[in-house]
Amino acid sequence: MNKTYYTRTHEWVEFISESKARVGLTDFAQESMGDLVFINLPEVDDEVIVDESFADVESVKAVEDVLSPLTGIVSAINDDLLDTPELINQEPYEAWLVEIDNITEKGELLDEDEYKKVLSEEE
Amino acid sequence: MELKTPLYEKHLKHKAKIVNYAGYLMPVQYSTGLIAEHLGVRNNAGIFDVSHMGEIVLKGKDALANLQYILTNDFTSMKKGQVRYSPMCYEDGGTVDDLLVYKIDEEEYFLIVNAGNHKKDVDWIKGNLFGEVEFEDISNEVGLIALQGPKSLEIIKKLLNENEIPNKNYTFINDVEINSVKCMISQTGYTGEYGFEILCQSNETSLLWDTLMKSGEDFGLIPAGLGARDTLRLEAAMPLYGHELSEKITPLDAGLGFAVKMDKENFIGKRALEIKGEGLQRRVGLKVIGRGIVRENCKLLYDGNDVGITSSGTLCPYLNHAYAMAFLNKELAVIGTELEAENRGRLIKVEVVSLPFYKRKLKQEELL
Repeated sequence: MNKTYYTRTHEWVEFISESKARVGLTDFAQESMGDLVFINLPEVDDEVIVDESFADVESVKAVEDVLSPLTGIVSAINDDLLDTPELINQEPYEAWLVEIDNITEKGELLDEDEYKKVLSEEE
Repeated sequence: MELKTPLYEKHLKHKAKIVNYAGYLMPVQYSTGLIAEHLGVRNNAGIFDVSHMGEIVLKGKDALANLQYILTNDFTSMKKGQVRYSPMCYEDGGTVDDLLVYKIDEEEYFLIVNAGNHKKDVDWIKGNLFGEVEFEDISNEVGLIALQGPKSLEIIKKLLNENEIPNKNYTFINDVEINSVKCMISQTGYTGEYGFEILCQSNETSLLWDTLMKSGEDFGLIPAGLGARDTLRLEAAMPLYGHELSEKITPLDAGLGFAVKMDKENFIGKRALEIKGEGLQRRVGLKVIGRGIVRENCKLLYDGNDVGITSSGTLCPYLNHAYAMAFLNKELAVIGTELEAENRGRLIKVEVVSLPFYKRKLKQEELL
């Protein structure tokens, strides 16, 4: 199994290879947003940059930016989410948002224990 | 400031997500989630803690004259047992708050005001009183629960006799007992749905909540939070202070002329409202045609020109579509006009539609 990392802004990153990864939202993120009703994703071939917004998710009450944990090029998007963003609520670790290739930079990535510590501080 | 209503422990028990709203720790949603709560109210029934609202009693020979002067609606034709909605204005026509007036007796009235405006309202009303009138703020002594949805009547019928249930919209019955808790029950609400609001002593609110929950067990009654309260009122196009009304927005701007009686002899704000009239914009409903949600404070564009601004907007869960309310230049305020809303740097196509977005079809006699 590939190792999953996390960010302080509640995204997860799963590396498929050295330079390619999938990015999604953590269970904490979907839980605190509530029922998601819309999502905007970038397009394939768009560039994403560490700590910059590349997508947004909307619940009934709020809209939130999703920050990129990586710098690279979008090689695939999970377009099932465009019609059924609730998949993120149901299976946050299955519902990847984008696949990023040609990774040239990584932001601060936490392992599971470090991320759990961040969560305990949030509560 | 972090006040708790008498039902705070109930919210924790139902796994509420708590937020500070107008100084109160209030449930924004429970474990079922906002959408389920919203649909629950439309299809069955929901129970809301609205104890954060402010309650004021006006008593005395000149109580009516004071209401006539301080509020924009006309209360002279009001009968005992009726409830009336009214805006309250500043001299310049801007809105202090919107509220409900209950006529308890010929010389006794009861006001329910918005939590966020409570202190401001108290100061404003007190500062304008004249003649023989007693003012009492009883907000901390009472609790208020809203029971809303088509199943509300069946739930309440298990607890009260027929003659103890207000049978008309905007009427109330004082001094009923629900499981030995003394209550005042009105057929009012802020969801666009059939339902009741029930007031009791603060220390008995918890027992009232349990009694209603138990009675609602077989009818799908669920607790609903402030999040659902907001989406329900928006779907029903009811104004919310701070959005469709404010110190800058007059009740006439907001299209609430039905509650502003310009033929009354005098009231605070009358002169300004006569001069300003309905203003250059109208409150309209917008249906989102493009993809996404249009929320408050989105600029509206027509042919690239700035023609208005949204005041509230969300995905309406029952209609399962995004809608918004907005203030739009009056010449464009025609059903079918297509505009663009600027939302986080993107333009989303919207269309003017009639208000309300949702209207309940059931009459009381059809509920059983």
